[in-house]
Amino acid sequence: MSTKPMQLPRIRYSRIIIYLVMIAFAIFYLLPVYLMLITGMKSFEEVSISRMWALPSSLSFDSFAAAWERLDVSFLNSIKLVIPATVISSILGSMNGYVLSKWKFRGVDAIFTAILFGMFIPYQSILIPLVLTLQKIGLYGSIPGLILTHVVYGIPITTLIFRNYYAGIPGELVEAGKVDGAGFFGIYRHIIFPLSVTGFVVVAIWQFTSIWNEFLFGLIITNSPEQRPVTVALQNIAGSQYTLWNVQMAGALLVAIPTLVVYVLLGRYFLRGLLSGALKG
Amino acid sequence: MAEATTSVVEKSAERAAPKKSLQLNEKLIGILMISPSVIAIAVFVYGFIAWTGWVSLSRWRGIVADLSYAGFENYINVFKSYRFQTDIRNTIVFTLFFLLGSLVIGLLLAMLVDSRVKGESFFRTVYLFPMALSFVVTGTAWQWLFSPGTPQEPHGLNQLFHMFGLHVYQNWSTTSYVWPGGGWRPDWLRIPVGIPVAMIPVIVAAIWQMSGFTMAMYLAGLRGIPEDLKEAARVDGASEWQIFRKITLPLLQPITLSAVIVLGHISLKIFDLIITQTGGGPGFATDVPGIYMYETTFKSNKYAEGAAVAIIMLLLVSVLIIPYLIYNMRSETER
Repeated sequence: MSTKPMQLPRIRYSRIIIYLVMIAFAIFYLLPVYLMLITGMKSFEEVSISRMWALPSSLSFDSFAAAWERLDVSFLNSIKLVIPATVISSILGSMNGYVLSKWKFRGVDAIFTAILFGMFIPYQSILIPLVLTLQKIGLYGSIPGLILTHVVYGIPITTLIFRNYYAGIPGELVEAGKVDGAGFFGIYRHIIFPLSVTGFVVVAIWQFTSIWNEFLFGLIITNSPEQRPVTVALQNIAGSQYTLWNVQMAGALLVAIPTLVVYVLLGRYFLRGLLSGALKG
Repeated sequence: MAEATTSVVEKSAERAAPKKSLQLNEKLIGILMISPSVIAIAVFVYGFIAWTGWVSLSRWRGIVADLSYAGFENYINVFKSYRFQTDIRNTIVFTLFFLLGSLVIGLLLAMLVDSRVKGESFFRTVYLFPMALSFVVTGTAWQWLFSPGTPQEPHGLNQLFHMFGLHVYQNWSTTSYVWPGGGWRPDWLRIPVGIPVAMIPVIVAAIWQMSGFTMAMYLAGLRGIPEDLKEAARVDGASEWQIFRKITLPLLQPITLSAVIVLGHISLKIFDLIITQTGGGPGFATDVPGIYMYETTFKSNKYAEGAAVAIIMLLLVSVLIIPYLIYNMRSETER
């Protein structure tokens, strides 16, 4: 009884410290976003680097408009690229995950491991042959070429996520399907696929985010402003000297918006993809 | 009783016989279905790596391909070059501080979020959101946050410090100073040894982006530690610090290992962030092998040299990844 009033204030202080530290970190993480937002909302007359932290005196979207002018074509390119690439690699991943978890054969773990290695390699180590090959088959410098590249190098991660996901579906369900005379496709269609909705959402969000954000392939495989994805266009704005910093900040936010919206709405699934990327599903 | 058992066994054997061949057929369909992916990986990953290896041993130094054999000449030249030595130093510095920062901050944030606070999901969402962004976005934003300005008219963070009455001026991103830089060094080493100051803004940006990821991993780990375990220790009179040291940390060790592997391989191949934020400069103060390979190959057309750098990058990543993959495969097979 007597210890309780003694302990109470101590606990409260530690609580306050916890909240203060958490708020300090939240400010650290939100600082760039704050800057991007207020910069984009200032009129061109008001944009001045000596007042970059100040709130805008009136609402205007000049910087966003100027940034959009330089990004619109690439933005569309990224959409054209990310949708088919996401769909195809999700389907491939689902099929691979199904086979590797439910139709195991000799050496299956070795094959799975060999596939996984592909997601860790530095892509520099395949860039030269990739460019030469795409040139040979006439896909270099085109969006289909980028789609092909993202689909192929997306196989390891989509396979991994689906395989871990399907490992959670009890083997008895598959056995029951076999007893009922269902074959490879029957079991997939009637048992596995209907249980895959979450898996598809996780993989699709993961692929959407990483392909949208990808830079190196976009930089190397496209060679004209008409074809390049939005990250390459943004880097181009950042690299040119005459561009105003406010246009860069606004542009960065524009590029971030699609993946941010997905993250805010479907963060739970994004997190699942993230954690299965670290193996051990 | 015995009779009944036999008949069941017989029956199941009867049924199993045709099923077995059927199953084999179905298994073949499975192998057929994954073969496109397996072939694609065999060609685009393993085939292309071998191809790059071949280029790295050639004399391809211009627009026209020259694949005549040059031995390890390119590798020797790369290792001797000022730029590559700089890149290795920079990679070591970047990896060390980026890993340390992400792990410590990630663990701290995870423990804070896990301490039954109000608004837990808000904080978690804020800490993790940079993971949803492109490194190019991060690089663009942090380039301006670390833009120094002048002591009279500071920019970015310098300006923010100024506004809060801290009259410090840091020219992080324009100095090629290496701390401490001096001292003895062997003859083959052509670069000053130490921490390139211009690397600090890049490391801060990288930690900003990735520490949420380590937080998420640690948080999952913390949630997996049974509360009874800590409760039992408390009953035995252990202090919170002892519980952290003797129970929490050891149980989080596998997670730390995974995080080191994932962050480590990202930092060995880092490219997007640095090329956007600093372009590798000033001088080569923030240059890394990824940028070296890109510029040598695709800007100067020195394909053989670029390929050699790429293979070295791959070997560095492999040293980290292959033991981990094999370990994972073994524990998978045992299951």
